[in-house]
Amino acid sequence: MIPLAYPIALSALLFTIGIVGVMIRRNAIMMFMCVELMLNAANIAFIAFARSLGQMDGQVFVFFVITVAAAEVAVGLSLIVAIFRTRGSIEVDDLHDLRR
Amino acid sequence: MNVETLLSVLVGGVALAAAIAMVVTRNMVHSALFMVVVFLATAVLYLVYQAPLIAMLQITVYAGGIMVLFLFVIMLIGAEKMAHTENLRWQRPLAFGLTGTLLVETIYVAAAQLKLPDPVAVSPDFGGPKAVGLVLFSQYLLPFELTSILLLVAMMGAVVLTIRREKTR
Repeated sequence: MIPLAYPIALSALLFTIGIVGVMIRRNAIMMFMCVELMLNAANIAFIAFARSLGQMDGQVFVFFVITVAAAEVAVGLSLIVAIFRTRGSIEVDDLHDLRR
Repeated sequence: MNVETLLSVLVGGVALAAAIAMVVTRNMVHSALFMVVVFLATAVLYLVYQAPLIAMLQITVYAGGIMVLFLFVIMLIGAEKMAHTENLRWQRPLAFGLTGTLLVETIYVAAAQLKLPDPVAVSPDFGGPKAVGLVLFSQYLLPFELTSILLLVAMMGAVVLTIRREKTR
C-alpha cells in the first residue's frame, strides 16, 4: 500500500500551484481554472484518506464536490460571458467600477 | 518501492508538471488542455487508490464536461486572441513569496503534528458503484437531493444570465 504522505504532499503542492495561479493571472477565466485546480487538489486528499481509513465517506464527499464544481462552473462562466458582453474585457484589472 | 507507489509518484509528477504549465503558459487554449491533462492524471490516481467510480466520474464530468465548457467560453469570447496585459510589478514576487511561506508552514505543521493513520485492508469492491451507492443513498440522501436542487438552480442561473431578449417592436 502506498504511504499516505505522498498523496497528501501532492494535494498540498497542487493547491499551492492553484493559489499562485489565482494570484498572478489577471484573466477571469484563468483564475477560475486555478480555482478548479484547488478543488481537485482537495479531492485527491479526500480519496487518499478514504482508502487509508477504509471508509466510503471520503469518496461520497468527492462525488458532491465534483457536482458542486460543475454547477459553480456553469454559473461562473455565464457570469464571465455576461461581463464580457457588457464591458468588453475580462481582465480583472479593468473591472474596478460598479458602473460603466 | 512497489509498483503502486511508483505509478502514483509518476502520475503525480505528470499532474504537477501539467499544473505548472497550465499556470505559466500564456495561451488560454493551451492552459485548458493542460488542465485536461491534470484531470486525467488525477483520474488515474483515483484508480490507483481504489476509487474506480469516482475516477470515471472525474473523466466524464470534469475532463469531459467542465473543461469542454471552458473551451466553449474561451472560443465564444475569443480569448485565445486576447492580448496579454502586464500585471503590477510587485504582484508576482509577492505571490511567490506568500505562497512559499504557506507551503513551508504547511510542511512544518504536517511534519510536526500530523499522525497519519495506517492503511487498513479493504475488500475488492471498495470504491465500486455498489459501495458508493450504498452509502450515497442511505447516509447521504439529503445532500444528494439538495445537489439536485442546486444543479437545477445553476441551470436556471446560467440561462437567466446569458439570455438575450428580443426587443419587441
